[in-house]
Amino acid sequence: MSTTTDAKIRIQLEDFSVTDEIEAMKKVSRNIGGITTFLGTGRELSKGQTISELNFEHYPKMAEKKLEEIREKSIKDFGIIDMSIIHRIGPIDIGENIVLIVAAGEHRGETFKACEWAIAELKRTTPIWKRETTTTGEVWVQDTP
Amino acid sequence: MITIKYFASLKSIAEKEEDSLTIESPISIDQLSDIIAKTAPKMEAIIREKKVMISVNQEMASADTIIHDGDEVAFLPPFSGGAK
Repeated sequence: MSTTTDAKIRIQLEDFSVTDEIEAMKKVSRNIGGITTFLGTGRELSKGQTISELNFEHYPKMAEKKLEEIREKSIKDFGIIDMSIIHRIGPIDIGENIVLIVAAGEHRGETFKACEWAIAELKRTTPIWKRETTTTGEVWVQDTP
Repeated sequence: MITIKYFASLKSIAEKEEDSLTIESPISIDQLSDIIAKTAPKMEAIIREKKVMISVNQEMASADTIIHDGDEVAFLPPFSGGAK
């Protein structure tokens, strides 16, 4: 199941389609000449442990507010045309989509920079937490790489 | 009355997800921490050692932030959203 809406900031249980999100972004402006995406997916190994399931929790309203701040600052500081940020919450299987950032600009340079900054800032400032289930139990991940 | 929220790992430490507290007059985060140390003792060390961030009405707060009646205070463990 996937959803695509016009909202540029979304935190949702459902999966999303990377292709649909890129196509939606391309419709924003005829001046878009480059799009950079970051897709985070569920990884099976973490610190030597095999993960069977991931689960994401967020602080409603504050998390959306932080993502909107990241989007607005990316557009202003890097001079890109637009950015969308989608983060899933709830249970996520290995290999599934977790987070997508789509940065669109006139040229590629600013979109690479904006995309890299945005994912780092998301992890630093957005109240979203990851719980990993392994053979030894469940643990909330607290390190921010 | 103020609302207090706990997230992720803090829910099991505080042994609750949400709490409410009646305050007679505005208090600081430090004063709230003193009160929580009594109602959720396992939270005390975590707050004192600054292992959590605190927000008031969805904005990050500091030790001297003043909390007013009707405010929402949240204790936030380090974030881990996204993927490595």
